[in-house]
Order: sequence, then C-alpha cells, then structure tokens
Amino acid sequence: MRVSELDQSMSGPKKPKIDWSRMEEADNFAKTVKLFRQGKYDDDSFRRFRLQHGAYGTRMTGDYAMVRIKLPAGEVYPHQLERIAQLSEQYSIGSAHFSTRENVQLHWVILEDVSEILRALAEVGLTSREACGNSIRNVMCSPMSGVCKDEEFDATPYALATARFFLRNPMAQNLPRKFKFNFTCCEKHGMARIVDVGLIPQIREVDGRKQRGFKIFLGGGLGNKSYVGHQLEDFTLEEDLLYTSMAVIRLFDRMGDRKNMARNRMRYLVHDMGWDKFQNLVLKERAIVRATQSVVTHLDVDKMPDEIRRPIRISDQGGSATPDGYARWLKTDTEKQKQSGYRSVFITLEAGDITANQLKALAGMIGDFSAEGKARTGFTQNIALRYVHEDDLPLLYSKLLEVGLARSGALTMAVPIGCSGTTSCNLALTNSHRLAKEIQRKFLELKYDEDDDLRDSSIKISGCPNSCGQHGIATIGFFGGGARVGKDMYANYQMLLGGRSDGEARLGDTCLRVPAKRVIPVIIKVIELFKANKKPDDDLKSWIHRIVNSSGDTEIKTVADIKKAVGPLTIPPTKEEDPDFYLDYGSDASYHTKTGKGECAA
Amino acid sequence: MCRLTDSCKITTDTDSLRSEIRDKSVRVVDVRRRDDYRQDHIPSSVNLPLADLLSDDSPERVQKLIQSLGIDDETSVVVYDDTFGALASRVAWTLEYLGHSDVTLLDTTYSNWKSLGLEHDSDVPEVHNRGHSVSLQPGILATSDYLESAKERDDVILIDNRERLNFLEQHIPGAISLPYLTLASRDRILRPKGEMKRLLENRGITGSSEIITYCGSVGTLSGLAYYAIKSAGLPNARLYVRSFKEWNNLQKPTAKQEDASYWDLSAE
Repeated sequence: MRVSELDQSMSGPKKPKIDWSRMEEADNFAKTVKLFRQGKYDDDSFRRFRLQHGAYGTRMTGDYAMVRIKLPAGEVYPHQLERIAQLSEQYSIGSAHFSTRENVQLHWVILEDVSEILRALAEVGLTSREACGNSIRNVMCSPMSGVCKDEEFDATPYALATARFFLRNPMAQNLPRKFKFNFTCCEKHGMARIVDVGLIPQIREVDGRKQRGFKIFLGGGLGNKSYVGHQLEDFTLEEDLLYTSMAVIRLFDRMGDRKNMARNRMRYLVHDMGWDKFQNLVLKERAIVRATQSVVTHLDVDKMPDEIRRPIRISDQGGSATPDGYARWLKTDTEKQKQSGYRSVFITLEAGDITANQLKALAGMIGDFSAEGKARTGFTQNIALRYVHEDDLPLLYSKLLEVGLARSGALTMAVPIGCSGTTSCNLALTNSHRLAKEIQRKFLELKYDEDDDLRDSSIKISGCPNSCGQHGIATIGFFGGGARVGKDMYANYQMLLGGRSDGEARLGDTCLRVPAKRVIPVIIKVIELFKANKKPDDDLKSWIHRIVNSSGDTEIKTVADIKKAVGPLTIPPTKEEDPDFYLDYGSDASYHTKTGKGECAA
Repeated sequence: MCRLTDSCKITTDTDSLRSEIRDKSVRVVDVRRRDDYRQDHIPSSVNLPLADLLSDDSPERVQKLIQSLGIDDETSVVVYDDTFGALASRVAWTLEYLGHSDVTLLDTTYSNWKSLGLEHDSDVPEVHNRGHSVSLQPGILATSDYLESAKERDDVILIDNRERLNFLEQHIPGAISLPYLTLASRDRILRPKGEMKRLLENRGITGSSEIITYCGSVGTLSGLAYYAIKSAGLPNARLYVRSFKEWNNLQKPTAKQEDASYWDLSAE
C-alpha cells in the first residue's frame, strides 16, 4: 500500500469549504462567444463580458485568451491542482503559471475553449469570475497567515469572507477600474501598503477587552504611476471591516474617473483629492453604510479552525541518506511556523511556471505531507505547502527532487519575479519572463540564495512600465522598454533601487537604463559594490535603503554613485562587435517593440 | 455515410468486450509492443504492434497481416492499446481503409482495464489464417495533394491534434488546434457523445463540413481525433495519415504565431 492510499483510507482528502463556482456561467460564456463570432455582440461589450469572466486577451491575436483562475486567500486543494494540471494539458501549453496575486493562469487558450475550462473548474469549486475587468480581483491573504510567528491573529477567514461577499455582488460589477484587497499576517510579510485596500490584523484593548481588528491602508497601488497607501485610522474594529470596505468601494464607484483609463485606479482619486479629504469621506460614508443597511449585512467569517492532522506515514522509508542539497533547500525554501514542529515549504519555480506533471505530483505531496491538506499560493509567483512536520522534511525534499521542484532559493533574492512579458501580453515591450528565469539560473549557480546578506532583498521585473512584475517594490527592480543605436533596436530596462512593501514601504528610485543583455552583470556589480562598502550588520536591503535616502557614508553615497559605477557596463556595443546584444532573451530575430491594446482596464 | 459498422459504433465498452470474448464472437487486437503483449494481455487477444504495421502499411501487406491474425471480412474486431487510444485508432483506421468495416476501439486503455481488476493472461491464442478481401476506402484518407486543394474549400475544416506549443510554432495554414488530450474523459479514451459534440460545436466543427485531421508524424493522435469526430455523429472525416512530418518534408507552406515568445512560458 502506498503512502497516499494509506492516508485516504485513514482520513480522506480535505475538501474545500467554499464553492466559488456557478456552472451556468460556462454555458453562458459559450453562448456569448458564439454570438460574438456571429457579429451579434460588439467588440467592447464582448470584451467587458469576457474579462468579467476571467478571460484576458493575448498578444497580437484575437483567437486566444488567458484564463485567470482565482484562488481566494491563495487556498487550493489537491484535487483542484490536479484539475488545473489536466486543463493546462488539454487547453493550454502544458504548463500553468502562478501569478503575483495568488491566481493561477492558463495561457494560449483558444477563446472557444474557455467555456470548457469554466465548466471543468466549476466541477471542483473554482472560478475565474471577476479575475479580470473592472471588478474586485482576487482577495489575497499572506501565505503565512495562520502560521506566521509575528501575526496577531489569522486573517484568512476574513479574506475568504470578503472574497465571498463581493464575488458576483452587484455593487462591484461595474467599477471605474479594477479593485484589489490584500490581507496580510504581519508588517514584514505584508503587501498591505501597495494596494487599494491593505489590511494587517491587530488586537487592541477596546472598552476593557481585547478585540480583533485591522490596520487598514487605502489608495496604494503599483502601475504606470505607483503610490503607497495611507492608514485610515489607528485601529478598525472587526465588525467595521465590511462597512469600511463597502464605504470605500461606494466612494470609488461614485467618484472614480470613468473616462481616463490611464488614471482611473482608486489611488489617483486619493492622490488628486488629497488624503485628508478622502479619509474624511470614507469615515462619513462608513457611518452612512452602517446606518442604512436595510437588512443586517455582515461578513460570514468562518472561525472554525482547520483540522490539523499530520498524514500517517510508514515511518521507515528505506532509511536512505538525505540527498545532496537538503541543507541549502531547508535554509532557502522553508520557514519555521509558530506551531512548533512544523515548517512551511515554498516551492521554487521559474517566474511562476510549472508543468502539468509537476502540478500533479505536487497535488499528491500536499495530501501526503501537509497536515492542513491544502496549499497556499504566495505573493511571489509560487506555492507553499504548510504544516509539514519537521521529521517529514527530508522525505518531502526527496519527493520534490524527483519531479524537479526542489530548487533552492524560493525565499531569497536569487528567485526573481518576472511578469509574462512578450510570452503572451499585448502590452509587453520585452521578454521580462525569460529574463527572470535567466537571472535565477545564474544566481543559483553563483549560490546567491545561500548568502544571508541577500536573503531579504528582491528582484522584480516588468516587461513594460505597467507594474505587473511589481518592479516598484523591489530592492532592485526593472521595467522594460526599447532603445536604439542608429537604426538598430535592443531591449532595454529601467533599473530602480530601494523599493519595499513592508512597514517601511516605499517605491524604488530610478537609477539608470540597462540593456537586457547587461542586466545580470549590472546586478552582480551592484552586489560587489555592496560587499565592498557594507558595514558589518548591513544586508543588501538595508544598505540600498540607506543609499536611496542619500545617507550612505562610504564611497557609494547616493543612487548617482551607483549609476556612475555600473554605467560603463551599459554602453551598447556595435552590432558587428556583439550581434547577440541586439536580440532580446528567447528570440533569434532582431528586436523591435510591438504592442497591442491592453486590457487591464476594460 | 457511415463506414464504421452499421450502428456507427466507435467504441466497445469493457462489459461488452468481456461477453464477446466469452462468446468467441470477436477478434481482439493488442497493438502494444511485442514484449508488453507477451507479459500479459486481454485473454484471447492477438498482437499487432503498431510499429510492425507502420514498417510497411501498403494494402497488400496489411491484408496479409490481418489474414494471419485470423480476421476475415466478417470478423468483428476490437482494438486496444495503452496509449490513450491513439495507437489503437491508427490500426483501426488502417483496417477500415482496407475495407474492414466492423472494427471498434476498446473504450479504455489496457492499464485501466487491469486497474479495474479485469481478466488478463499471457496465453497466445492459436489462430488460423483467414482470407480477407481488399476494398480500399479512399474517402477516409487525405493525401498531401488532396489536402492542398481541399483546404481551400469553405466546407473543409482542417484540425491539428498536436500539443498547443507545437501548433503555435508551426502548422499547416488554415488549420485549427484541437490537442489530442481534449478528446478523452477521465477513464475513457473518448468523451461521451454529448460532451464531444459540445466541444466540437463550440469550435465550429459541425456536420455539414468535411473534417481532416493531422498530427506530428504517423497519424496516431489524429487517428484518435478521426474517431472522436465520428463518435460525435459527424460522418465526413478523413485522416491525413502522413501528417505534418510529410507536409514539412515536402516543403509545403506552413504558418506560425508571430511576435510572441510563448515557449518561454513553458516550464519544460
């Protein structure tokens, strides 16, 4: 009897508590595509409909779509991953992609097949509804929520309840633009200040008793122009969570810009109006919302704790020696939980991509190793198995090794984020996706993942100035563009330094433009400068933080000094000297910029 | 027109096959490799490895082969494999092309047959040579010349059954992509009829058209698709049996998806 069979016979696989799907949406989608192809639906209406159902356009073609599967709070169950694996083989490219917002994406899907995917997702309780378009996008929650040592309480049930309340809710079907909620566990693991609504769980003594609530940040977000969010008030009580959310959405719906697509995210409204005024409006609106609900409206927060039961396992698995690389993997891919004896294991992917076979294997491992029987997608294009007992880690490592999922570095700078770039996106100017993979391969080879000085830093890459790759909050961020020498074009990136999304959230400062084929040497040079100039207790993140605040006190004092030091590396050679310089990663044709219409705004 | 048995049956389910075996009213053909067959197989089945067939699939040779397997014009034949029905389909199609109409596919794979706990043994049945006539069915075959002119017609749909990345990279101009993995359901080599019809209808593959399938090299994946189309009740299907490999070797025109680095999205 295999381990997995034993588990099933003992307790059975865990099933999701919430069904996010509606089967009839699949039929409706199929019907609407037919009407559209027959010319009975105009382009704009169809595009809005398609996006509302989670099907995004694809680079330079109307034949294909990308289906974005929402995983509210990042929760996903083994049978759901198996289904996604199967769908990727049937309708996509045999790989699936984990996004930065806890979605899973299937690319290069034929538009006419989307309804088949929606149907198959509905069978396992998943949806792509409102994953795109002017709606409330996937409600995120930290992959460490519930296991983080620094959190005050687990925000997961609140994230799920919020997702459930707003999904298909009429008040969120036609917003001026997309709208995002991020729940987090603590300041360090947070992404609370760079989103429309960011929430950090807090416990405060109110009226003599300890009460749950949140620190709420509003009006942040990354994009062509990025902003850091503002804290609404010192403490927002748990029962005000929904009223506050509703108030903010009502204000955005009423006052948001519906004309200028480039400036209609809520952060522009907040910025243009001024925070004080916006804050005031939110507090007033919340009082109105609270007073005028005709029926009692509340979040359905399921506080029943999840069952944690370590899967039963035949103890002597051959007793073979732990494979090479285990210590490195343990150090760079796993995090201790607050529950003693357990760790969370983050899977290192390359720019979020995973094959169907790997997904299937992973689904099996979740059942065999996670005491919570499900997994969580993370903020950095990855997925985490939590509640893995420390005694089981060597065996899990061996299993991951067998399917090529045991690469080190998930929790370090050696594993960058890269948006999909020219692999599928209409707006992309460069192949940011491949660049992220190239950096990762090089940096793992250089063992940067084992360097404690680099661990908390990050590299994030977007293929255009829009921020799907989150370059603005990276220690070292890049966004793509084109440049030319005479008539010859090459892929080029703007480098930013010092961005962060934690308690000291700030956006990176632009440093200089770096040709795509020089990005790796430039990052290595920055690291060398850091090593040469650091103080004993500096890490790269703190060192760069000091420099962007112009308080460096060695040879490298400011961003301008870094620019000067790395500048020589960025000088383009002639095409005769180095023809490869003029090709973007993953392409053997001369580089040229080519874009279509974006759909981030419906 | 429905060449494939009078009732237009495409597949045989496990229960029916078991009773036909008991009644000795069927010739079961295992198209796996010789070694796999020798190890174990469905009782009473004979072995016709696909590679053996493909080494020379001229009508004369195929005629001899099936005669030696004890198949005559009236024999009811069921073919199975362990490759999601693709190899079995290619063999079934070959029989059909030769003029043998009573041939169906086992609706599941040999692995699944075994995992259901159904009978298997390693006995090699004694078979006697039987006579089989040749009555070629050119209506189910597409050659490259035929395809080249047919694909310009409005009532012809050309389907590429390779995986999506291969299709994006290179395909016959005008083809639509329907990867072979879309055709199966959980433990059946083909979806139930209603589901198959829905899938095809969504893609505009309907009864009024002539449908030509092709895949990478020898017509296995597209053989399965050929039967998928017939299983949905669409009678007018052809297999471009030499498929993309020949098309490419003949240096006929191809098309590709331009301006996107889709390969870099793959985790392979």
